[in-house]
Amino acid sequence: MQLFRQTAHELHSLLINKEISAVELNEAVFDRIASVEEKVGAYLSRIRERALERARVIDEQIRKGEKILPLSGIPVAIKDNMCTDGITTTAGSKILANFVPPYSATVVKKLDAAGAVMVGKTNLDEFAMGSSTENSAFFTTRNPWDTSRVPGGSSGGSAAAVAAGEAVCSLGSDTGGSIRLPASFCGVVGMKPTYGAVSRFGLIAYASSLDQIGPFTRDVTDCALMLNIICGHDPLDSTSADFQAPDYTQFLINDVRGMKIGVPEEYMAEGIAPEVHGLIRKALELLESLGANVEYTTLPHTEYALPTYYLIAPAEASSNLARYDGVRYGLRAEDSEDIIDMFMKTRSQGFGSEVKRRIMLGTYALSAGYYDAYYLKALKVRTLIKEDFDRAFEKYDLLVSPVSPTTAFRIGEKTDDPLQMYLSDVCTISVNLAGIPGMSVPCGFAGGLPVGLQLMGRHFNEGTLLRAAYTFEQNTSYHKEFPAL
Amino acid sequence: MARYETVIGLEVHIELKTRSKIFCDSTTEFGGDPNTHICPVCLGLPGTLPVVNKKVVEYAIRAALALNCQIAGFSKFDRKNYYYPDMPKNYQISQYDLPIAEHGYLDIDTGGGVKRIGITRLHMEEDTGKLVHQGTITTTPFSLVDYNRAGVPLIEIVSEPDLRSPEEACSYMEKLKAIVQYTGVSDCKMEEGSLRCDANISVRPAGSSKLGTKAEIKNLNSFRALQRALSYEVERQIEALEEGGRIVQETRTWDEGKGVTLSMRSKEHAHDYRYFPDPDLVPLVIEKEWVEDIRRSLPELPDARRRRYVMEYGLPGYDAAVLTSTREMADYFEDCVASYSNPKAVSNWIMGDLARLLNANNQEITACRIKPRQLASLLELMEKGTISGKIAKTVFEEMFASGKDAGVIVKEKGLVQISDEGAIAAVVAEVIASNPKSVEDIRAGKEKALGFLVGQVMKATRGKANPELVNRLLKERI
Repeated sequence: MQLFRQTAHELHSLLINKEISAVELNEAVFDRIASVEEKVGAYLSRIRERALERARVIDEQIRKGEKILPLSGIPVAIKDNMCTDGITTTAGSKILANFVPPYSATVVKKLDAAGAVMVGKTNLDEFAMGSSTENSAFFTTRNPWDTSRVPGGSSGGSAAAVAAGEAVCSLGSDTGGSIRLPASFCGVVGMKPTYGAVSRFGLIAYASSLDQIGPFTRDVTDCALMLNIICGHDPLDSTSADFQAPDYTQFLINDVRGMKIGVPEEYMAEGIAPEVHGLIRKALELLESLGANVEYTTLPHTEYALPTYYLIAPAEASSNLARYDGVRYGLRAEDSEDIIDMFMKTRSQGFGSEVKRRIMLGTYALSAGYYDAYYLKALKVRTLIKEDFDRAFEKYDLLVSPVSPTTAFRIGEKTDDPLQMYLSDVCTISVNLAGIPGMSVPCGFAGGLPVGLQLMGRHFNEGTLLRAAYTFEQNTSYHKEFPAL
Repeated sequence: MARYETVIGLEVHIELKTRSKIFCDSTTEFGGDPNTHICPVCLGLPGTLPVVNKKVVEYAIRAALALNCQIAGFSKFDRKNYYYPDMPKNYQISQYDLPIAEHGYLDIDTGGGVKRIGITRLHMEEDTGKLVHQGTITTTPFSLVDYNRAGVPLIEIVSEPDLRSPEEACSYMEKLKAIVQYTGVSDCKMEEGSLRCDANISVRPAGSSKLGTKAEIKNLNSFRALQRALSYEVERQIEALEEGGRIVQETRTWDEGKGVTLSMRSKEHAHDYRYFPDPDLVPLVIEKEWVEDIRRSLPELPDARRRRYVMEYGLPGYDAAVLTSTREMADYFEDCVASYSNPKAVSNWIMGDLARLLNANNQEITACRIKPRQLASLLELMEKGTISGKIAKTVFEEMFASGKDAGVIVKEKGLVQISDEGAIAAVVAEVIASNPKSVEDIRAGKEKALGFLVGQVMKATRGKANPELVNRLLKERI
């Protein structure tokens, strides 16, 4: 039995039945990391000793006959843009290469309180800006299914870690598709919850009004277990919703009869690779055969989503990233003439080109004389996009589409063409602009590469997504495939 | 008639004295070792988020209501983006187009009567840290930053350009300070920086309704600086226009030592702050009931109190204005009057001797060792004739120094006034006998000599003789 291939709920049974210990489990995962990490490159840092120490505590609880929580002892990985007390947190940037936060993100505290064992911090595109992890200041993570290809981004390290057996579950963040795209490319389950469902406290901000933390897991059940831990109100985050999160496992029901599913035609139009198109259609047929009502619908403002996103997100980023100036923490350039020179040198040396590009875009969009034409206009279009979804959800319980127009692309294939790179997110960005939940579930393979099915639901309706995804999963076996590394 | 008219508008920043900062729970206490009143949030560390302190909103509403503003039901926070090392995030969370309050006013006294000055808006924002240099800014090898003040809550109050002279500007500041102090939301101490002021000033030909080009004056750290800087600026601008030049729209700083304003940056170099709504904070929706609760809890404000002092205590308008200029002094006055019912006498003592001693010792009235009840009992001793007015002044100084009761001091030092006619008569007889020359003079009609003899009697009794008795007895005997 290869422990590193199991799901969290399977491992939980093994732990409480004392068939394995938490230490054994974590050692198995660290052994797996040792054998495949060189090929994958999922982690920016690993914390073996601390993890094994935590595992020993869980084992002691089990030995004493104490009840342990569903994720107790389970090895999880955290995207390196979430702060971890006493552990370097880089956001994939040179400018924070030496930054050790004196506090943990709320989600990290919640996982810790739930007994989950943090094994390491995963690679990402610098400040979560990118779709491939190629914008990481340190190295590019490789897709476990084909190491010449990208894992998707920006949470590529977290997706690849779960796909490759280097962690059982992980956390990512999703601003325009950064959980769903790598989940699709790596063949794992990924969920971006409703904006406000998960605290952003401790998440290093890219675009505050769009950023949301969510899980990567090997199946839908684990996804529900992770949501149970991370969702809920946090007084430290003013944008966190004041709501009582349900027990998400109650939605793990193998039944979609009567469920009304809309397929926005704009997401199935030209530009979607034929093999992806085919797998999505096949998935829709399956859902229909299981009793769901599937029909085509329209989200008419879809074509404006990408430009809208590339005004709002960079505008917020240009302000969010202003604090990295070398004065208080992080990189400080040497040999500066004066403070302005220090700011300029530090930021020139510390940020990569994509981050600089977005800071410039955002600064421009907010500038006097351009604000109304760009930023304000983008906010108005964002409202129209939201209204598209509101109208669709009057009729449908769920919207379904591809996550990405293509399967994982080759490393280097799009690095010279930012616009092509941005187009990878064309199917995922609207969900962030509307603030609704979105999910990627494995729906097959094209040319040996995984393809993800995107489910989109009403605000705080993660339950409907889980139910449809669970039903789909129970009637397919794609999630059981494992890459040969 | 003056050929030019001056137009001034003030932007005043006031630190609110909430216990914790505006977006985190670090203390707002003044001073402290550098970088000890901080936390990850007010340091703007990566991933941290602001959460609005409700007390700050309450205090802002309180001040706004006292300034007759309308409170917005819907308001929001915006980011003001610019780079400066004293700003942890390189943006300041402020309020841009939807401030919490607008359309207020306050009344000032001018030579020509009461004048109403409009208040355009009042908004909330966070304070910055401060740079610390060894030596001067030009010779220091490096800058240090103290973030203790970063995130301390501020309100900014912007006036309409209704002020027409440096004197009016000072009156406005004094009134604003008094009103805000009364509401209890700030100490308004200019010397600690909890009250700060920038001025927009322009001049225009008398009779013109078009505004002239303005200059913004910064670094006005005292009432004196405000008055001097504005007076200087009026002259500078008029002189420039008279010489056929024009005024450049710019920011200028007041150089206290040289007594001049100096150009800092012109409009062409002005910042583009790239304001946009702070996505980390949600809009503020303010319930009417809350506003009304706050309105009901407002204390009596300076104008109302002043009117009451004239009506209820029969004080002259001037006394009433001075006494009500700070809440503490007005409270002191009322506490005195509660135990000694001659308001004008109390007023004279507070505005005279007490104010003089407080000033000389650079002391606040709240720290004064003479408590209102003690001042009242001193005045009572005087009224009963136990001590003379002259002795009272000596006792008062002793009370100010030691905090002892007047009665105790009088007893300890044996200062009780001698009103026994027999005892004084004996001294009077003695003085008459030993000063025949003066007696002659008085008899010859030289009234002045009487004063000398009174002085001699007082000297012999060490000031304790009842002066009225002494006068009467001397006149009788001569």
